[in-house]
Amino acid sequence: MTIKKTYKLFIGGKFPRTESGRVLDVRGKDGELLANASWASRKDFREAVVAARKASGGWGKASAYLKGQILYRIAEMLEGRRAQFVVELVAHGISEERAEKDVSEAIDLLVHYGGWSDKYQALFSSANPVASSHFNFSVPEPTGVVGIIAPRRGSLPELVSALAPVIVGGNSAIVLAGENALTAITFAEVLSTSDVPAGVVNILTGKRAELIPEFAKHMDVNAVLLCSNDKDEKKLLDLESAENLKRVSHQKDAPLKESPYHILDFQEVKTTWHPIGV
Amino acid sequence: MKAGVLNFPDRRESPTIDQVGVEERAKRFCARSIKKETKMSALKLAVTMLDVTTLEGADSVGKVRQMCQKARQPLPGDPSVGPAAAVCVYPRMVKTAAKAVEGSSVLVASVATQFPSGQMRLKERLAEVRYAVGEGADEIDMVISRGQFLQGEYRAIFDEVAACKEACGGAHLKVILETGELTTYDNVRWASDIAIAAGADFIKTSTGKVPIAATLPVTLVMLQAIEDHYDRTGKMVGMKPAGGISNAKLAIQYLVMVREVLGEKWLTNKWFRFGASSLTNDLLMQIRKQETGRYQSGDYFTKD
Repeated sequence: MTIKKTYKLFIGGKFPRTESGRVLDVRGKDGELLANASWASRKDFREAVVAARKASGGWGKASAYLKGQILYRIAEMLEGRRAQFVVELVAHGISEERAEKDVSEAIDLLVHYGGWSDKYQALFSSANPVASSHFNFSVPEPTGVVGIIAPRRGSLPELVSALAPVIVGGNSAIVLAGENALTAITFAEVLSTSDVPAGVVNILTGKRAELIPEFAKHMDVNAVLLCSNDKDEKKLLDLESAENLKRVSHQKDAPLKESPYHILDFQEVKTTWHPIGV
Repeated sequence: MKAGVLNFPDRRESPTIDQVGVEERAKRFCARSIKKETKMSALKLAVTMLDVTTLEGADSVGKVRQMCQKARQPLPGDPSVGPAAAVCVYPRMVKTAAKAVEGSSVLVASVATQFPSGQMRLKERLAEVRYAVGEGADEIDMVISRGQFLQGEYRAIFDEVAACKEACGGAHLKVILETGELTTYDNVRWASDIAIAAGADFIKTSTGKVPIAATLPVTLVMLQAIEDHYDRTGKMVGMKPAGGISNAKLAIQYLVMVREVLGEKWLTNKWFRFGASSLTNDLLMQIRKQETGRYQSGDYFTKD
Protein backbone atom coordinates (compact mmCIF):
# COMPACT_ATOMS: atom_id res chain seq x y z
CA MET A 1 0.00 0.00 0.00
CA THR A 2 1.38 3.40 -0.90
CA ILE A 3 1.04 6.07 1.70
CA LYS A 4 0.32 9.57 0.44
CA LYS A 5 2.44 12.12 2.23
CA THR A 6 0.92 15.12 3.98
CA TYR A 7 3.02 18.19 3.32
CA LYS A 8 3.14 20.61 6.22
CA LEU A 9 4.57 24.08 6.74
CA PHE A 10 8.08 24.85 7.96
CA ILE A 11 8.08 27.38 10.80
CA GLY A 12 10.72 27.89 13.46
CA GLY A 13 12.50 24.65 12.59
CA LYS A 14 9.32 22.59 13.03
CA PHE A 15 6.80 21.18 10.61
CA PRO A 16 3.40 22.29 11.91
CA ARG A 17 0.11 21.81 10.09
CA THR A 18 -1.59 25.06 9.22
CA GLU A 19 -3.63 26.30 12.17
CA SER A 20 -6.50 26.93 9.75
CA GLY A 21 -6.85 23.24 8.92
CA ARG A 22 -7.13 24.08 5.22
CA VAL A 23 -5.39 22.09 2.51
CA LEU A 24 -4.51 22.64 -1.12
CA ASP A 25 -4.79 19.91 -3.71
CA VAL A 26 -1.46 19.40 -5.37
CA ARG A 27 -2.10 17.87 -8.79
CA GLY A 28 0.29 16.33 -11.27
CA LYS A 29 0.48 17.02 -14.98
CA ASP A 30 -2.46 14.73 -15.75
CA GLY A 31 -4.58 16.26 -13.05
CA GLU A 32 -4.20 13.33 -10.67
CA LEU A 33 -3.96 14.13 -6.97
CA LEU A 34 -0.34 13.90 -5.81
CA ALA A 35 -0.75 15.03 -2.24
CA ASN A 36 -2.36 17.51 0.08
CA ALA A 37 -0.28 20.52 1.02
CA SER A 38 -1.04 22.97 3.82
CA TRP A 39 -2.82 26.15 2.81
CA ALA A 40 -1.12 28.66 5.08
CA SER A 41 -3.27 31.27 6.76
CA ARG A 42 -2.41 34.80 7.81
CA LYS A 43 -1.89 33.53 11.33
CA ASP A 44 0.64 30.97 10.11
CA PHE A 45 2.45 33.86 8.47
CA ARG A 46 2.51 35.81 11.73
CA GLU A 47 3.88 32.81 13.59
CA ALA A 48 6.60 32.62 10.96
CA VAL A 49 7.46 36.29 11.51
CA VAL A 50 7.84 35.67 15.24
CA ALA A 51 10.12 32.70 14.56
CA ALA A 52 12.17 34.64 12.03
CA ARG A 53 12.56 37.59 14.38
CA LYS A 54 13.74 35.33 17.15
CA ALA A 55 16.33 33.75 14.89
CA SER A 56 17.56 36.89 13.20
CA GLY A 57 19.77 38.17 16.03
CA GLY A 58 21.92 35.08 16.35
CA TRP A 59 22.10 34.39 12.63
CA GLY A 60 22.99 37.99 11.86
CA LYS A 61 25.97 37.73 14.21
CA ALA A 62 27.08 34.27 13.09
CA SER A 63 30.54 34.25 11.55
CA ALA A 64 30.94 34.31 7.80
CA TYR A 65 32.71 30.99 8.09
CA LEU A 66 29.75 29.35 9.81
CA LYS A 67 27.22 30.74 7.35
CA GLY A 68 29.33 29.50 4.47
CA GLN A 69 29.67 26.06 6.03
CA ILE A 70 25.94 25.80 6.54
CA LEU A 71 25.21 26.71 2.93
CA TYR A 72 27.66 24.04 1.78
CA ARG A 73 25.95 21.63 4.11
CA ILE A 74 22.56 22.37 2.55
CA ALA A 75 24.14 21.65 -0.83
CA GLU A 76 25.49 18.33 0.46
CA MET A 77 22.16 17.25 1.88
CA LEU A 78 20.38 18.26 -1.29
CA GLU A 79 22.78 16.11 -3.30
CA GLY A 80 21.96 13.19 -1.00
CA ARG A 81 18.25 13.50 -1.75
CA ARG A 82 18.63 14.18 -5.44
CA ALA A 83 16.56 11.15 -6.44
CA GLN A 84 13.57 12.21 -4.35
CA PHE A 85 13.57 15.70 -5.86
CA VAL A 86 13.77 14.31 -9.37
CA VAL A 87 10.77 12.03 -8.75
CA GLU A 88 8.72 14.91 -7.35
CA LEU A 89 9.65 17.25 -10.18
CA VAL A 90 8.81 14.62 -12.78
CA ALA A 91 5.43 14.11 -11.11
CA HIS A 92 4.87 17.83 -11.63
CA GLY A 93 5.34 17.37 -15.36
CA ILE A 94 8.98 18.29 -15.75
CA SER A 95 11.07 15.98 -17.92
CA GLU A 96 13.53 13.76 -16.13
CA GLU A 97 16.47 15.33 -17.92
CA ARG A 98 15.33 18.82 -16.97
CA ALA A 99 14.67 17.74 -13.37
CA GLU A 100 18.22 16.39 -13.02
CA LYS A 101 19.54 19.67 -14.41
CA ASP A 102 17.38 21.73 -12.03
CA VAL A 103 18.62 19.90 -8.95
CA SER A 104 22.24 20.31 -10.07
CA GLU A 105 21.63 23.98 -10.67
CA ALA A 106 20.17 24.42 -7.16
CA ILE A 107 23.19 22.70 -5.65
CA ASP A 108 25.54 24.93 -7.65
CA LEU A 109 23.66 28.02 -6.49
CA LEU A 110 24.10 27.03 -2.85
CA VAL A 111 27.81 26.42 -3.31
CA HIS A 112 28.11 29.70 -5.19
CA TYR A 113 26.51 31.77 -2.42
CA GLY A 114 28.27 29.74 0.26
CA GLY A 115 31.49 30.94 -1.32
CA TRP A 116 30.36 34.56 -1.12
CA SER A 117 29.76 34.36 2.63
CA ASP A 118 33.20 35.75 3.57
CA LYS A 119 33.76 37.81 0.43
CA TYR A 120 30.80 40.10 -0.16
CA GLN A 121 31.72 42.23 2.85
CA ALA A 122 35.08 43.03 1.32
CA LEU A 123 33.43 43.77 -2.02
CA PHE A 124 30.77 46.10 -0.67
CA SER A 125 32.73 47.80 2.12
CA SER A 126 34.67 50.94 1.49
CA ALA A 127 37.12 53.29 3.14
CA ASN A 128 35.74 56.70 2.28
CA PRO A 129 37.82 59.83 1.72
CA VAL A 130 36.74 62.63 4.07
CA ALA A 131 38.08 66.14 4.58
CA SER A 132 38.74 65.83 8.32
CA SER A 133 41.00 63.79 10.54
CA HIS A 134 38.80 60.69 10.57
CA PHE A 135 38.90 57.22 9.23
CA ASN A 136 35.58 56.82 7.53
CA PHE A 137 34.43 53.42 6.45
CA SER A 138 31.20 51.73 5.41
CA VAL A 139 30.25 48.11 5.96
CA PRO A 140 27.16 46.10 4.99
CA GLU A 141 25.01 44.62 7.76
CA PRO A 142 21.97 42.32 7.49
CA THR A 143 18.56 43.98 7.11
CA GLY A 144 16.81 41.56 9.47
CA VAL A 145 13.60 39.69 8.65
CA VAL A 146 13.08 39.33 4.90
CA GLY A 147 9.92 38.09 3.22
CA ILE A 148 10.40 36.26 -0.05
CA ILE A 149 7.58 35.75 -2.52
CA ALA A 150 9.18 33.07 -4.67
CA PRO A 151 8.49 32.76 -8.40
CA ARG A 152 5.02 31.49 -9.09
CA ARG A 153 5.90 28.46 -11.20
CA GLY A 154 8.95 26.39 -11.68
CA SER A 155 11.10 24.04 -9.73
CA LEU A 156 14.02 24.15 -7.33
CA PRO A 157 16.34 26.85 -8.75
CA GLU A 158 13.51 29.40 -8.54
CA LEU A 159 13.28 28.90 -4.80
CA VAL A 160 16.98 28.54 -4.02
CA SER A 161 18.11 31.47 -6.16
CA ALA A 162 15.84 33.79 -4.17
CA LEU A 163 16.59 32.30 -0.76
CA ALA A 164 20.35 31.71 -0.76
CA PRO A 165 21.51 35.36 -1.17
CA VAL A 166 19.11 36.47 1.57
CA ILE A 167 20.32 34.03 4.21
CA VAL A 168 24.00 34.18 3.34
CA GLY A 169 23.73 37.90 4.10
CA GLY A 170 22.71 37.11 7.69
CA ASN A 171 18.97 37.70 7.30
CA SER A 172 16.24 35.35 8.38
CA ALA A 173 13.61 34.58 5.77
CA ILE A 174 9.93 33.80 5.40
CA VAL A 175 9.33 32.23 2.01
CA LEU A 176 5.99 31.98 0.29
CA ALA A 177 6.67 29.08 -2.03
CA GLY A 178 5.35 28.90 -5.56
CA GLU A 179 2.68 26.48 -6.71
CA ASN A 180 5.15 23.61 -6.67
CA ALA A 181 4.53 23.09 -2.98
CA LEU A 182 5.95 19.59 -2.71
CA THR A 183 9.44 20.62 -3.83
CA ALA A 184 9.42 23.55 -1.43
CA ILE A 185 8.52 21.45 1.59
CA THR A 186 10.89 18.66 0.66
CA PHE A 187 13.54 21.36 0.47
CA ALA A 188 12.51 22.40 3.99
CA GLU A 189 13.29 18.85 5.09
CA VAL A 190 16.76 19.33 3.63
CA LEU A 191 17.14 22.59 5.54
CA SER A 192 16.05 21.07 8.81
CA THR A 193 18.80 18.44 8.57
CA SER A 194 21.51 20.90 7.54
CA ASP A 195 22.28 22.73 10.79
CA VAL A 196 20.34 25.79 9.68
CA PRO A 197 19.27 27.32 13.01
CA ALA A 198 15.53 27.08 13.69
CA GLY A 199 13.62 30.06 12.34
CA VAL A 200 16.31 31.30 9.93
CA VAL A 201 14.26 29.90 7.06
CA ASN A 202 10.50 29.50 7.27
CA ILE A 203 8.55 28.15 4.32
CA LEU A 204 4.84 28.59 3.74
CA THR A 205 2.69 27.15 0.99
CA GLY A 206 -0.48 29.06 0.23
CA LYS A 207 -2.18 31.65 -1.93
CA ARG A 208 -0.36 34.75 -3.07
CA ALA A 209 -3.44 36.99 -3.08
CA GLU A 210 -4.10 36.13 0.55
CA LEU A 211 -0.56 36.44 1.87
CA ILE A 212 1.19 39.19 -0.11
CA PRO A 213 -0.77 41.94 1.69
CA GLU A 214 0.31 40.40 5.00
CA PHE A 215 3.96 40.41 3.98
CA ALA A 216 3.61 44.04 2.98
CA LYS A 217 1.71 45.26 6.04
CA HIS A 218 3.50 43.50 8.89
CA MET A 219 5.64 46.02 10.79
CA ASP A 220 8.14 43.41 11.92
CA VAL A 221 9.13 42.46 8.37
CA ASN A 222 12.07 44.61 7.32
CA ALA A 223 12.24 43.79 3.63
CA VAL A 224 10.38 41.91 0.91
CA LEU A 225 11.66 40.28 -2.25
CA LEU A 226 8.83 39.91 -4.75
CA CYS A 227 9.31 37.72 -7.82
CA SER A 228 6.39 38.75 -9.92
CA ASN A 229 5.39 40.09 -13.32
CA ASP A 230 2.01 41.22 -12.00
CA LYS A 231 1.59 45.01 -11.91
CA ASP A 232 -1.09 44.90 -9.20
CA GLU A 233 1.01 42.75 -6.87
CA LYS A 234 3.96 45.12 -7.23
CA LYS A 235 1.85 48.19 -6.62
CA LEU A 236 0.19 46.71 -3.56
CA LEU A 237 3.54 45.78 -2.07
CA ASP A 238 5.02 49.22 -2.73
CA LEU A 239 2.06 51.03 -1.19
CA GLU A 240 1.71 48.95 1.94
CA SER A 241 5.46 48.73 2.56
CA ALA A 242 5.75 52.49 2.84
CA GLU A 243 4.36 52.46 6.38
CA ASN A 244 7.53 51.08 7.95
CA LEU A 245 9.83 51.89 5.03
CA LYS A 246 10.41 48.28 4.09
CA ARG A 247 13.20 47.59 1.69
CA VAL A 248 11.46 46.22 -1.41
CA SER A 249 13.15 44.36 -4.22
CA HIS A 250 11.23 43.59 -7.39
CA GLN A 251 12.42 40.68 -9.50
CA LYS A 252 11.01 38.85 -12.49
CA ASP A 253 8.82 35.78 -12.03
CA ALA A 254 11.80 33.55 -12.86
CA PRO A 255 15.00 32.23 -11.27
CA LEU A 256 17.36 35.02 -10.19
CA LYS A 257 20.73 35.10 -11.95
CA GLU A 258 23.52 34.36 -9.52
CA SER A 259 25.12 37.61 -8.43
CA PRO A 260 26.54 39.10 -5.21
CA TYR A 261 24.31 42.11 -5.83
CA HIS A 262 21.35 40.01 -4.75
CA ILE A 263 23.10 39.77 -1.39
CA LEU A 264 23.53 43.54 -1.34
CA ASP A 265 19.79 43.99 -1.96
CA PHE A 266 19.20 42.99 1.68
CA GLN A 267 22.06 44.72 3.42
CA GLU A 268 22.07 48.00 5.31
CA VAL A 269 25.24 50.02 4.91
CA LYS A 270 26.64 51.30 8.18
CA THR A 271 29.16 54.12 8.07
CA THR A 272 31.52 54.74 10.95
CA TRP A 273 33.60 57.86 11.66
CA HIS A 274 36.69 57.11 13.68
CA PRO A 275 38.97 59.97 14.79
CA ILE A 276 42.68 59.72 14.01
CA GLY A 277 45.55 61.30 15.91
CA VAL A 278 45.22 63.46 19.06
CA MET B 1 -8.31 44.67 61.06
CA LYS B 2 -6.99 43.91 64.50
CA ALA B 3 -4.57 41.02 64.85
CA GLY B 4 -6.48 39.79 67.88
CA VAL B 5 -9.59 38.78 65.97
CA LEU B 6 -7.84 36.62 63.39
CA ASN B 7 -8.57 32.93 63.62
CA PHE B 8 -6.56 30.11 62.17
CA PRO B 9 -8.76 28.53 59.48
CA ASP B 10 -10.34 25.12 59.80
CA ARG B 11 -8.74 22.82 57.28
CA ARG B 12 -11.96 20.83 56.98
CA GLU B 13 -13.47 23.90 55.26
CA SER B 14 -10.63 23.95 52.77
CA PRO B 15 -11.76 21.55 50.06
CA THR B 16 -9.45 19.19 48.25
CA ILE B 17 -8.99 20.04 44.60
CA ASP B 18 -9.98 17.89 41.68
CA GLN B 19 -6.91 18.28 39.50
CA VAL B 20 -8.48 17.06 36.28
CA GLY B 21 -11.59 19.17 36.84
CA VAL B 22 -9.65 22.35 37.53
CA GLU B 23 -7.42 21.92 34.51
CA GLU B 24 -10.35 21.17 32.24
CA ARG B 25 -12.27 24.17 33.47
CA ALA B 26 -9.23 26.42 33.07
CA LYS B 27 -8.85 25.23 29.50
CA ARG B 28 -12.40 26.29 28.68
CA PHE B 29 -11.67 29.92 29.56
CA CYS B 30 -9.25 29.89 26.62
CA ALA B 31 -12.00 29.06 24.17
CA ARG B 32 -14.02 32.28 24.43
CA SER B 33 -14.33 34.35 21.29
CA ILE B 34 -13.45 37.96 22.11
CA LYS B 35 -14.38 40.35 19.33
CA LYS B 36 -13.21 43.82 18.33
CA GLU B 37 -14.51 46.38 20.85
CA THR B 38 -14.49 43.91 23.69
CA LYS B 39 -10.93 42.98 22.88
CA MET B 40 -9.87 46.59 22.78
CA SER B 41 -11.48 47.36 26.13
CA ALA B 42 -9.96 44.20 27.63
CA LEU B 43 -6.51 45.21 26.41
CA LYS B 44 -6.86 48.69 27.85
CA LEU B 45 -8.20 47.30 31.11
CA ALA B 46 -5.25 44.91 31.32
CA VAL B 47 -2.82 47.82 30.96
CA THR B 48 -4.39 49.53 33.97
CA MET B 49 -3.99 46.30 35.95
CA LEU B 50 -0.26 45.98 35.42
CA ASP B 51 2.22 45.91 38.23
CA VAL B 52 5.13 46.87 36.05
CA THR B 53 7.96 44.96 37.60
CA THR B 54 11.73 44.95 37.74
CA LEU B 55 13.36 42.65 40.27
CA GLU B 56 16.90 42.16 39.10
CA GLY B 57 20.26 42.40 40.73
CA ALA B 58 21.15 44.81 37.96
CA ASP B 59 18.36 47.33 38.74
CA SER B 60 19.74 50.85 38.73
CA VAL B 61 18.18 54.18 39.61
CA GLY B 62 18.06 55.06 35.92
CA LYS B 63 16.32 51.84 34.97
CA VAL B 64 13.70 52.22 37.70
CA ARG B 65 12.99 55.83 36.70
CA GLN B 66 12.57 54.82 33.10
CA MET B 67 10.22 52.02 34.06
CA CYS B 68 8.16 54.38 36.21
CA GLN B 69 7.79 56.75 33.28
CA LYS B 70 6.49 53.88 31.23
CA ALA B 71 4.01 52.96 33.98
CA ARG B 72 2.72 56.56 34.06
CA GLN B 73 2.40 56.83 30.33
CA PRO B 74 2.56 53.43 28.64
CA LEU B 75 1.81 54.70 25.15
CA PRO B 76 3.21 58.20 24.69
CA GLY B 77 0.77 60.34 22.79
CA ASP B 78 -2.26 58.25 23.70
CA PRO B 79 -3.66 59.21 27.12
CA SER B 80 -6.51 56.70 26.77
CA VAL B 81 -4.02 53.90 27.53
CA GLY B 82 -2.93 53.42 31.11
CA PRO B 83 -1.57 54.42 33.51
CA ALA B 84 -0.48 51.12 34.99
CA ALA B 85 -1.66 50.20 38.50
CA ALA B 86 1.73 50.11 40.18
CA VAL B 87 5.44 49.61 39.82
CA CYS B 88 7.03 46.74 41.71
CA VAL B 89 10.64 47.03 42.86
CA TYR B 90 13.11 45.94 45.51
CA PRO B 91 13.07 47.91 48.81
CA ARG B 92 16.22 49.87 47.95
CA MET B 93 14.52 51.29 44.87
CA VAL B 94 11.27 52.31 46.61
CA LYS B 95 12.34 55.89 47.26
CA THR B 96 13.44 56.37 43.66
CA ALA B 97 10.22 54.85 42.38
CA ALA B 98 8.01 56.85 44.75
CA LYS B 99 9.60 60.09 43.54
CA ALA B 100 9.27 59.05 39.90
CA VAL B 101 5.54 58.29 40.12
CA GLU B 102 4.68 61.30 42.30
CA GLY B 103 1.58 63.13 41.12
CA SER B 104 0.19 60.17 39.22
CA SER B 105 -2.18 57.39 40.22
CA VAL B 106 0.61 54.81 39.96
CA LEU B 107 1.33 53.11 43.28
CA VAL B 108 4.65 51.77 44.50
CA ALA B 109 4.81 48.12 45.47
CA SER B 110 7.89 46.66 47.08
CA VAL B 111 8.82 43.05 47.56
CA ALA B 112 10.07 42.32 51.07
CA THR B 113 10.62 39.53 53.63
CA GLN B 114 13.77 38.22 51.96
CA PHE B 115 12.28 37.94 48.53
CA PRO B 116 12.40 35.52 46.74
CA SER B 117 13.35 32.67 49.11
CA GLY B 118 12.05 33.98 52.42
CA GLN B 119 14.86 32.08 54.14
CA MET B 120 15.65 34.43 57.02
CA ARG B 121 14.53 34.99 60.59
CA LEU B 122 11.10 36.60 60.89
CA LYS B 123 12.61 39.53 62.80
CA GLU B 124 14.78 40.65 59.87
CA ARG B 125 12.01 39.97 57.40
CA LEU B 126 9.61 42.20 59.32
CA ALA B 127 12.30 44.87 59.58
CA GLU B 128 12.52 44.79 55.81
CA VAL B 129 8.77 45.34 55.55
CA ARG B 130 8.96 48.34 57.87
CA TYR B 131 11.90 49.74 55.95
CA ALA B 132 10.06 49.47 52.62
CA VAL B 133 6.93 51.09 54.05
CA GLY B 134 9.07 53.83 55.58
CA GLU B 135 10.64 54.52 52.19
CA GLY B 136 7.18 55.16 50.78
CA ALA B 137 5.84 51.82 49.54
CA ASP B 138 2.04 51.70 49.15
CA GLU B 139 1.99 47.93 48.83
CA ILE B 140 4.18 45.12 50.13
CA ASP B 141 4.63 41.84 48.27
CA MET B 142 5.74 39.30 50.88
CA VAL B 143 6.81 35.70 50.35
CA ILE B 144 5.72 32.88 52.65
CA SER B 145 8.22 30.36 54.03
CA ARG B 146 7.54 27.51 51.63
CA GLY B 147 9.96 25.28 53.49
CA GLN B 148 7.97 25.61 56.69
CA PHE B 149 4.71 25.14 54.83
CA LEU B 150 5.92 21.90 53.29
CA GLN B 151 7.08 20.74 56.73
CA GLY B 152 3.52 21.15 57.91
CA GLU B 153 4.12 24.19 60.08
CA TYR B 154 0.96 25.90 58.90
CA ARG B 155 0.54 28.04 62.01
CA ALA B 156 3.96 29.56 61.40
CA ILE B 157 2.74 30.69 57.97
CA PHE B 158 -0.43 32.11 59.48
CA ASP B 159 1.61 33.96 62.11
CA GLU B 160 4.14 35.39 59.67
CA VAL B 161 1.44 36.70 57.35
CA ALA B 162 -0.40 38.28 60.28
CA ALA B 163 2.84 39.80 61.59
CA CYS B 164 3.64 41.23 58.17
CA LYS B 165 0.15 42.68 57.89
CA GLU B 166 0.72 44.44 61.19
CA ALA B 167 4.15 45.68 60.08
CA CYS B 168 2.63 47.06 56.89
CA GLY B 169 0.50 49.55 58.78
CA GLY B 170 -1.51 51.38 56.13
CA ALA B 171 0.19 49.63 53.21
CA HIS B 172 -1.59 46.84 51.34
CA LEU B 173 -0.21 43.35 51.77
CA LYS B 174 0.14 40.93 48.88
CA VAL B 175 1.08 37.40 49.88
CA ILE B 176 3.17 35.43 47.40
CA LEU B 177 2.49 31.69 47.76
CA GLU B 178 5.10 30.62 45.16
CA THR B 179 2.73 28.00 43.83
CA GLY B 180 5.47 26.42 41.73
CA GLU B 181 7.07 25.19 44.94
CA LEU B 182 3.88 24.08 46.69
CA THR B 183 3.62 21.12 44.26
CA THR B 184 -0.12 20.33 44.58
CA TYR B 185 -3.39 22.19 44.06
CA ASP B 186 -4.46 21.07 47.54
CA ASN B 187 -1.48 22.87 48.99
CA VAL B 188 -2.20 25.96 46.91
CA ARG B 189 -5.77 26.04 48.17
CA TRP B 190 -4.76 25.52 51.78
CA ALA B 191 -2.02 28.16 51.60
CA SER B 192 -4.52 30.58 50.03
CA ASP B 193 -6.98 29.98 52.85
CA ILE B 194 -4.29 30.53 55.48
CA ALA B 195 -3.06 33.75 53.85
CA ILE B 196 -6.58 35.12 53.48
CA ALA B 197 -7.46 34.26 57.08
CA ALA B 198 -4.29 35.96 58.29
CA GLY B 199 -5.31 39.24 56.71
CA ALA B 200 -3.85 39.28 53.19
CA ASP B 201 -5.27 42.04 50.97
CA PHE B 202 -4.10 40.21 47.86
CA ILE B 203 -2.88 36.70 47.18
CA LYS B 204 -0.26 36.32 44.48
CA THR B 205 0.92 33.22 42.68
CA SER B 206 4.64 33.54 42.17
CA THR B 207 7.87 35.43 42.56
CA GLY B 208 8.78 34.91 38.93
CA LYS B 209 12.08 33.45 40.11
CA VAL B 210 11.26 29.75 39.82
CA PRO B 211 10.60 27.91 36.56
CA ILE B 212 6.90 27.22 37.19
CA ALA B 213 5.10 30.53 37.64
CA ALA B 214 1.48 31.57 37.22
CA THR B 215 -0.77 29.21 35.31
CA LEU B 216 -4.50 29.42 34.64
CA PRO B 217 -5.43 26.35 36.76
CA VAL B 218 -3.40 27.49 39.76
CA THR B 219 -4.95 30.94 39.51
CA LEU B 220 -8.38 29.32 39.28
CA VAL B 221 -7.78 27.45 42.55
CA MET B 222 -6.81 30.70 44.24
CA LEU B 223 -9.83 32.52 42.78
CA GLN B 224 -12.06 29.81 44.23
CA ALA B 225 -10.49 30.38 47.65
CA ILE B 226 -11.27 34.09 47.28
CA GLU B 227 -14.81 33.30 46.14
CA ASP B 228 -15.49 31.01 49.13
CA HIS B 229 -14.11 33.61 51.53
CA TYR B 230 -16.34 36.25 49.95
CA ASP B 231 -19.39 34.02 50.22
CA ARG B 232 -18.67 33.33 53.90
CA THR B 233 -17.67 36.78 55.10
CA GLY B 234 -18.61 39.29 52.36
CA LYS B 235 -15.02 40.51 52.30
CA MET B 236 -13.20 40.87 49.01
CA VAL B 237 -9.59 39.78 48.53
CA GLY B 238 -7.50 40.67 45.50
CA MET B 239 -5.68 38.34 43.12
CA LYS B 240 -2.37 38.80 41.37
CA PRO B 241 -1.02 36.18 39.00
CA ALA B 242 2.64 36.88 38.33
CA GLY B 243 5.36 35.42 36.20
CA GLY B 244 4.99 33.77 32.83
CA ILE B 245 2.18 36.00 31.57
CA SER B 246 3.99 37.45 28.63
CA ASN B 247 1.40 37.99 25.94
CA ALA B 248 -1.87 39.83 25.55
CA LYS B 249 -3.86 36.77 24.57
CA LEU B 250 -3.04 35.03 27.83
CA ALA B 251 -3.80 38.19 29.80
CA ILE B 252 -7.27 38.33 28.24
CA GLN B 253 -7.85 34.69 29.17
CA TYR B 254 -7.09 35.60 32.78
CA LEU B 255 -9.60 38.45 32.62
CA VAL B 256 -12.24 36.09 31.23
CA MET B 257 -11.58 33.72 34.11
CA VAL B 258 -11.83 36.42 36.76
CA ARG B 259 -15.06 37.68 35.22
CA GLU B 260 -16.61 34.23 35.12
CA VAL B 261 -15.45 33.03 38.55
CA LEU B 262 -15.63 36.15 40.71
CA GLY B 263 -17.73 38.51 38.63
CA GLU B 264 -17.38 42.05 37.40
CA LYS B 265 -16.65 43.49 40.83
CA TRP B 266 -13.12 42.11 40.61
CA LEU B 267 -12.43 43.58 37.17
CA THR B 268 -10.61 46.65 38.43
CA ASN B 269 -7.02 47.22 39.42
CA LYS B 270 -8.16 47.49 43.02
CA TRP B 271 -8.83 43.75 43.04
CA PHE B 272 -6.90 42.25 40.19
CA ARG B 273 -3.33 42.80 39.01
CA PHE B 274 -0.87 41.29 36.60
CA GLY B 275 2.71 40.99 37.76
CA ALA B 276 4.77 41.14 34.61
CA SER B 277 7.80 42.68 33.06
CA SER B 278 7.34 41.83 29.40
CA LEU B 279 3.53 41.88 29.12
CA THR B 280 3.32 45.68 28.80
CA ASN B 281 4.77 45.93 25.31
CA ASP B 282 2.71 43.07 23.98
CA LEU B 283 -0.48 44.72 25.24
CA LEU B 284 0.58 48.00 23.65
CA MET B 285 1.41 46.27 20.38
CA GLN B 286 -1.99 44.58 20.34
CA ILE B 287 -3.72 47.89 21.01
CA ARG B 288 -1.88 49.48 18.08
CA LYS B 289 -2.74 46.47 15.95
CA GLN B 290 -6.43 46.91 16.73
CA GLU B 291 -6.16 50.61 15.80
CA THR B 292 -4.13 50.29 12.61
CA GLY B 293 -4.82 46.76 11.37
CA ARG B 294 -1.07 46.18 11.14
CA TYR B 295 0.81 43.67 13.20
CA GLN B 296 3.46 45.52 15.15
CA SER B 297 7.17 45.27 15.74
CA GLY B 298 9.05 45.63 19.00
CA ASP B 299 11.31 48.07 17.15
CA TYR B 300 8.70 50.81 17.47
CA PHE B 301 8.02 50.54 21.21
CA THR B 302 10.21 51.69 24.08
CA LYS B 303 12.27 49.06 25.81
CA ASP B 304 12.11 49.24 29.56
